[in-house]
Amino acid sequence: MAKNFSFSKLWKGPFGTYLIVIVAYVVFQALASTGNLPSVVIGLLPTICAYIVAAVSLNLVVGISGELSLGHAAFMSVGCYTGVVAATCYSAMFDIPWLVFFLSMFTGALFAALAGFVVGVPVLRLSGDYLAIVTLAFGEIIKNIMNNLYVGLDASGLHFSLTSSADLHMTNGKIIINGPQGAVGIEQLSTFFFGFCLVMLTLAVVLNLVRSRSGRAIMAVRDNAIAAESVGINTMKYRLMAFVVASALAGMAGVLYAMNYNAVVPVRFDYNASILILVYVVLGGIGNIRGSIISATVLVVLPEVLRFMSEYRMLIYAIVLIAVMVLPNVPAVKRFLDYLPTKLPFLRKRSEVPGDVVGGAE
Amino acid sequence: MADDRETRFGEPDDFREEVPEPLTTEDAPVADADLPAADSTPDAPAMGEEALQVEARAEAEAPTHGVAALFNRSRRGTYRAQSKSGGARAKGSGSRTKMVALPSDGIVPERDLYATPVLECRHLGIDFGGLHAVEDFNLIVGKTEIAGLIGPNGAGKTTVFNLLTKVYQPTRGTILLDGVDTHGMTPSKVAQAGIARTFQNIRLFSNLTVEENVEIGLHNQVRCGMWSSIFRLPKYWVSEHEFHKQALELLDIFSMADMAEITAGNLPYGAQRRLEIIRALATHPKLLLLDEPAAGMNPVETEDLMTNIRKIRDEFQIAIVLIEHDMDLVMNICEGIAVLNYGKIIAKGTPEEIQGNEQVIEAYLGSGAKGA
Repeated sequence: MAKNFSFSKLWKGPFGTYLIVIVAYVVFQALASTGNLPSVVIGLLPTICAYIVAAVSLNLVVGISGELSLGHAAFMSVGCYTGVVAATCYSAMFDIPWLVFFLSMFTGALFAALAGFVVGVPVLRLSGDYLAIVTLAFGEIIKNIMNNLYVGLDASGLHFSLTSSADLHMTNGKIIINGPQGAVGIEQLSTFFFGFCLVMLTLAVVLNLVRSRSGRAIMAVRDNAIAAESVGINTMKYRLMAFVVASALAGMAGVLYAMNYNAVVPVRFDYNASILILVYVVLGGIGNIRGSIISATVLVVLPEVLRFMSEYRMLIYAIVLIAVMVLPNVPAVKRFLDYLPTKLPFLRKRSEVPGDVVGGAE
Repeated sequence: MADDRETRFGEPDDFREEVPEPLTTEDAPVADADLPAADSTPDAPAMGEEALQVEARAEAEAPTHGVAALFNRSRRGTYRAQSKSGGARAKGSGSRTKMVALPSDGIVPERDLYATPVLECRHLGIDFGGLHAVEDFNLIVGKTEIAGLIGPNGAGKTTVFNLLTKVYQPTRGTILLDGVDTHGMTPSKVAQAGIARTFQNIRLFSNLTVEENVEIGLHNQVRCGMWSSIFRLPKYWVSEHEFHKQALELLDIFSMADMAEITAGNLPYGAQRRLEIIRALATHPKLLLLDEPAAGMNPVETEDLMTNIRKIRDEFQIAIVLIEHDMDLVMNICEGIAVLNYGKIIAKGTPEEIQGNEQVIEAYLGSGAKGA
């Protein structure tokens, strides 16, 4: 039974996922420091990490908890703006960039979780298509609030307004969030390393949660809500748990995303952004965390790499999307994909574990 | 059949109270329509003898109130309320009302006589629009009884299970689980209170492994919060160890421990049914409701199931109520049987009594069957 601790088993488990991320980080970091990476991609690295976090957290809602949410970008925006405001306040207090970064990340996560809770309590009474539509609506509501939010900081503290920047009544302060112009004058604290740390944290949270009592309850509710209730699981609690944890992680992604830019407009987090994150999740495979990471990376990089093709790049993007969806179902490709695992044992699926014993005897 | 019960649980004649005349007529309809009035005579000598013994013992326990009063607290409550409201008027009129014993239709195994019944349904009913899907459903299940609920298709058997587990909220009536009213509870709260069930159309968590399915059943037995899980605190490792151990112990009952790693959806049909029972057992219920546990099983598997149901009852000392169309199984393992037709109980009794009951035969085979 030494086979139980084989490389293939480790590879299939969460450690394989961690390993992929670590290896990818090392490779990209090496490429960047030796100057082999195009500068456009280097600037994109924290953004890639932010979208990976967003995709993995949405996968917790869509794949693990089984609820279709179309408002995920809104929680990113909540995290983004609270994080930016917090960062401005914290940097006035201490001069340690990483501390400011982590504290504002925590603050962003906290507020995004709060938003997730406030939205989740009424919304999660619904399910299926209705839930999707209502989350879409809530996403738009949050975006519109952000569109009209003015926040400024001066010597007497924070000022808020929902009408105009003049309404802030500041004499000599700094405007942090300026309505439709969004967050302005952001300190660019995000680095690839911080992004990597956040991805690892997200993976740890999601994968640890899934493989625990709470995670099993979440998946039980997904698989069969009536049966889950019949064994005494409070379905609302666990749906909400998945939703709030995902919101908090999306909030962190928002902070990371914002701090990679000078300014972030609220329109960046409209429903298009939510759909985009959902595309990463669907393309990577619903419920497949590793797939979300890979698809988010590819699909964030692709439009930037294809930038030289100007208006054709979105066409290529669309073709790639369609190809990835269709190709695995083409018989010839399917046969090839079925054939691959017989040659590469570590590609075998988890459900084929009984067959693994036979493989070990060979 | 019903007559025997009269003798067993009927009130002693001298139990009377002062209540004015009109209320007596209001009292009477509470009794089941299909039960004869209290003055009917016992006609099964063997049962009568046994009944006398039971009654004698009950008399020793509660000499003034008798067995029925001992059993049916709800009914006793009715007596009291009626006598109070009627008492004032009784003084004015000066007339004395003849009080009769309200017949109880509850039956429990003799060994459970002095334990609180695990389930007590009183006048349970639910309407879907104008349809009375279940009406005036009265049932008492003893602490360690294996009871059967049978009836033709569409009689409302599964609806009764859905009422007991609060998947449907009853329109009328009370459910007492081990003496606790389940009114207002959600399905998950009822499950926590001690009712576990299986489903007619299997409802497993089909994407998860067999072991995970059982561990989900153990959800409220082993505790570990979200934060402990996310940060992998020591509590997480202790709880996971406990989950694993208890899950395998439960799987061992149906000798399924070697299937622990298999995805539940890939199990053969019979094994899925067994897994559902194990998952229900994992919630440590006081009452286990099995909805057609033998459906789709071959005779050998059914035989196994019967042994296992008895084993579960003996080992866990719980009550089991099962809905089943396989009469062989029902008549073999059920101690008390209730027959449901058009949402109403038409007969209750031991398997022998049910087999000989004309109403039951009529419900199953139609009225023409009598002549045949």
